[in-house]
Amino acid sequence: MTDPDLAALWVTLKLATVTTIVLLVLGTPLAWWLAHTRNRLRPLAEALTALPLVLPPTVLGFYLLITLGANGPVGQLLNALGAQPLAFTFAGLVVGSVIYSLPFVVQPLRDAFAAVGHGPLEAAASLGAGPWDRFFTVAVPLARRGFVTAITLGFAHTVGEFGVVLMIGGNIPGETQVLSIAIYDHVEVLEYGRAHLLSGGLLLFSLILLTVVYATNRRSRVVGS
Amino acid sequence: MSLEARLSLRRPGFLLDAALSLPERGVTTVFGPSGSGKTTLLRCLAGLERPAGELALGGEYWQRDGYFLPAHRRRVGMVFQDGRLFPHLTVRGNLRFAMRRAGCEEAAMDAPVALMGIERLLARRPDTLSGGEVQRVAVARALLSQPRLLLLDEPLAAVDARRKQEILPFLERLTRELALPVVHVSHSLDEVIRLADRLVLMDEGRVVASGGVTEMFSRLDLPLAQREDVGAVLEAHAPRPLPGYHLTEATVAGQKLLLPGESAEPGERLRVRIRARDVSLTLKPPSETSILNVLPGRITEVVERPDAPGQRLVRVAVGDAALLSWVSRLSAERLALAPGQAVYAQVKAVALA
Repeated sequence: MTDPDLAALWVTLKLATVTTIVLLVLGTPLAWWLAHTRNRLRPLAEALTALPLVLPPTVLGFYLLITLGANGPVGQLLNALGAQPLAFTFAGLVVGSVIYSLPFVVQPLRDAFAAVGHGPLEAAASLGAGPWDRFFTVAVPLARRGFVTAITLGFAHTVGEFGVVLMIGGNIPGETQVLSIAIYDHVEVLEYGRAHLLSGGLLLFSLILLTVVYATNRRSRVVGS
Repeated sequence: MSLEARLSLRRPGFLLDAALSLPERGVTTVFGPSGSGKTTLLRCLAGLERPAGELALGGEYWQRDGYFLPAHRRRVGMVFQDGRLFPHLTVRGNLRFAMRRAGCEEAAMDAPVALMGIERLLARRPDTLSGGEVQRVAVARALLSQPRLLLLDEPLAAVDARRKQEILPFLERLTRELALPVVHVSHSLDEVIRLADRLVLMDEGRVVASGGVTEMFSRLDLPLAQREDVGAVLEAHAPRPLPGYHLTEATVAGQKLLLPGESAEPGERLRVRIRARDVSLTLKPPSETSILNVLPGRITEVVERPDAPGQRLVRVAVGDAALLSWVSRLSAERLALAPGQAVYAQVKAVALA
């Protein structure tokens, strides 16, 4: 692999890792709320969460570019605070990826929390466990498979991202150039050998990751039954 | 630590509106048809619902005027219908969950574990336990949370009949040893007779009546008297086996009564159930009868039940207790059965509870 390819790999892994961590921090409370609320606005919240599943990534990227760019509301706010606009930066990529991969983290977590239900939490409360205690010692361990799925899908989906990154990240090697865009560049200039290397690598990586997850989930199901 | 509660909770199509006052120890069974609000009442006591009203244990308010003590700070031991053991923990892990939060030493585990007979289950996971084992672990877990109030929500509902007979003795032993109020929800007469000291009857979200078990079963104005198997429940004292006859003699309502079987341990508290249909009445003491148990008493009440127009249900006071008897309307008229009359109750069958 050449240096620019290695740099793209590094940016990709960094982006996927940071995005997954941010998504866990933001997505867990959102998933908890969606699983437990009786609020009338829940369907709207669920629809908003699921939007990235159906929208073309370019639509998402386009609006993000406008919002985050120097003239967008977020861009102007950051400018007023003396910060750089987010478009064409790694931070901008993280924002885009978080939105783009949101459903892949929130939906498995929401389903896992819903499956845990109120029963074990009520039992824990009656045994003297407060809300945070119940969450970390009962809800999270029981939703363990949901977390494994959420982390894997969030990570893998971010690794495979293309459209949003292209729209808001540009293609700055070592800064915002990720693997999927590097592949695109190689193909455009007919460097099929290098495109093969990266594509095959991604394919193998995704396959291995998903196999490990499904095997783990299956094993915990067997143990648990 | 007596419990005083006045609670109301509105749900679509349902209103719980119950007042309750329980002594500081002993088992109170909340009894009533399904949908009568028994479980909801229990959940209100546990702090798992937010009803309106007041609730105090031993003078300390858990709820009043907008103040609401959350469930995890009430120290209420709750045993749910389905046990609700934590599936990700072993039996020991489940017990430790309760102990750690109650600040118990590891050794505190021994007594409840022995009481519930679960020593050999400690390393097992909940999904490998039978329904009865789950409930015994759930009771031990609730005890280890050092509760000030123990709530049992139909603890045997998910357990098959044979297992029930295995668990009931554990619960009986437990509830007699505990020095705290126990509220037990059930719609099983068997459980009521075995466990309850007091009975709270509920219907459509309201408390219909409450009182001691023997008193409640001898009242003719309650839903209990509308049951097909209506009958009195009596305390039997000082049981003494009669070897060779498969009988046990015990004192019931100041009289000697012969009970089937020789199983009773000396000194054990026993309850017997005498169904109204197993009791017949005579005006003179019967002689040369095959019926072993004849108790002298006095009629206090004669009622007609709309669903049985050819019959009369008669309440007979015997000592400080009472028996119920079904007699035909014809017999009632021929013998001129009326309150105040002295009669002899012939008891054909006695069921040991």
